[in-house]
Amino acid sequence: MDQSVLREYLPLFRESAWLTLRLGTMGILLALVIGILCAAVRYFRVPVLRGIAAAYVEVSRNTPLLVQLFFLYYGLPKLGVRTDPAVCGVAGLAFLGGGYMAEALRSGMEAVEPIQMESALSLGLTPVQAIRYVLLPQAVSVSTPALVANVIFLLKETSVFSAVSLMDLMFTAKDLIGLYYATTESLFLLVVFYLLILLPVSALGSLLERRLRYAGSGT
Amino acid sequence: MPDLGLEVLLKGKNMARLLGGLWVALRISLIAVAVSIPAGLLLGVVMTWKHPLIRALTRLYLEAIRILPQLVLLFLVFFGTTRVFGWDLSGELSSVIVFSLWGTAEMGDLVRGALESVPAHQYESAKALGLTERQTFLYVVIPQAARRLIPLSINLITRMIKTTSLVLMIGVVEMLKVAQQIIEANRMSSPNAAFGVYLTVFVLYFLACWPISLLAGHLEKKWG
Repeated sequence: MDQSVLREYLPLFRESAWLTLRLGTMGILLALVIGILCAAVRYFRVPVLRGIAAAYVEVSRNTPLLVQLFFLYYGLPKLGVRTDPAVCGVAGLAFLGGGYMAEALRSGMEAVEPIQMESALSLGLTPVQAIRYVLLPQAVSVSTPALVANVIFLLKETSVFSAVSLMDLMFTAKDLIGLYYATTESLFLLVVFYLLILLPVSALGSLLERRLRYAGSGT
Repeated sequence: MPDLGLEVLLKGKNMARLLGGLWVALRISLIAVAVSIPAGLLLGVVMTWKHPLIRALTRLYLEAIRILPQLVLLFLVFFGTTRVFGWDLSGELSSVIVFSLWGTAEMGDLVRGALESVPAHQYESAKALGLTERQTFLYVVIPQAARRLIPLSINLITRMIKTTSLVLMIGVVEMLKVAQQIIEANRMSSPNAAFGVYLTVFVLYFLACWPISLLAGHLEKKWG
C-alpha cells in the first residue's frame, strides 16, 4: 500500500463519510418518526389509517432500498416530481426504515400486557398519563434491541446511495478504483471509514440496551 | 391520464427479459441459501461450544461479516481479492461467495440463538429420565429449537433476495440493469419508460419477497 496515496485520498473519504453520516442520521430520525406514527396508529386501532400503515409496512420491508431509490430518483421525475439526490437518499432511507421501526415499536407495545393499561386507567391515571408512565417505558425497553439493530442496518444501507449519484463512501471508492486503479488503498480506506462510523454506533447501542433492560424485571 | 411508460414492457420480449433479470438475482440468492443453511447449522452448533478459542474465532467471523455493509463485502471480494491474489472472478461468482459467507454468519447466529433458547431444565429433565446425550439432542432439543429457527431462517431468505439487488453495483446484469437497458433502448419512443419500468421492478421484488415473509410470519405465530 502506498502511503502517499493514502494521505492524498484521506480528505476525499473524510468528506464522503461526513455525507454518509449526515444523510444517514436524517433518514434514521425521519424513519423513527414514521415508525412511531405507524406503530401508534396500529396499536390504537385507528380505522382506515391502520390499514394504510399495515400495507406500508409490508411494502417497505419487502422491497430493496436500491429499487426504492431507482424509482424515486429516475422514475418519479417522469411524472413531474423532480427531487435532488440528497432528498431522494433521505426519503428512500426513511421509507425503508419507517417500516422496520414501526415493527420494532409495535412488538414492544404489544409485549406490554393489556392488564397494565387497564390497571393504570382504573387507578385513575388519565389515558395520556397511562401511556406516558406505564405503556411507553415498558414498550421502549422491549423495543430497544430491535431499534438499535435497525439503526445499524440503516446506516449500512446508506451504502447504495452512490446509485443515485450521491458522493458517499462507496462512490468515492469506486471512483478512485476506476480512475487511478488504486484498489488496495481505496478499499482499505473504505473499510476503515465504515468501521469508524459503525463500531462506535454498535458499541453505543449495546450500552443503551444494557441500560434499558428493565422491563419485566419485577415479574 | 399521464403517460406512465408501461407500454414498453409489452413490446418485444421486454417483460420476459425483465423476469430473466429477476431470475439472475433469485438464482444467486438460492445458491447462497443452499450453502448457508447447512454451513450455518454447523456454525451455530460450534458456536455453542464452551472452548474459548473456538468462541473467539466464531465470534470474530460473525462480527467482521456483520459490521460491514454487504456492498463493501462485494467490493472487497470483486475488486480486492482479484487485485491481491491476481485471480479472475466474475461478478456473479463474487456475489455467490459474499452472500454465502454472509448467510452462513447470519444463519449460524440464528441457530445459536435457537439452541440457547431451550431452557436448561429441559436438558436436566432429559438426563434425569435417562436419555443419552444423543437422544436428548434428537428428541428434546431439536424439535424445540426448530420451531424457533424455521420462521427466522425463512425470513433470512427474503433478506437474501432483497440484498441481491446490490449485485448491480459490481456489474452483474440483473433486473435493475435490464430495466436500465430497456429504458435506454426506448428513450425516443417512450420517454416516460423509467416510471413504468422501475415501478414494475419494484412490484416484482415485492411479489418475490412478500409471500415468503407471510409464510414466516404465519409459522412464527403458529409456533410462537
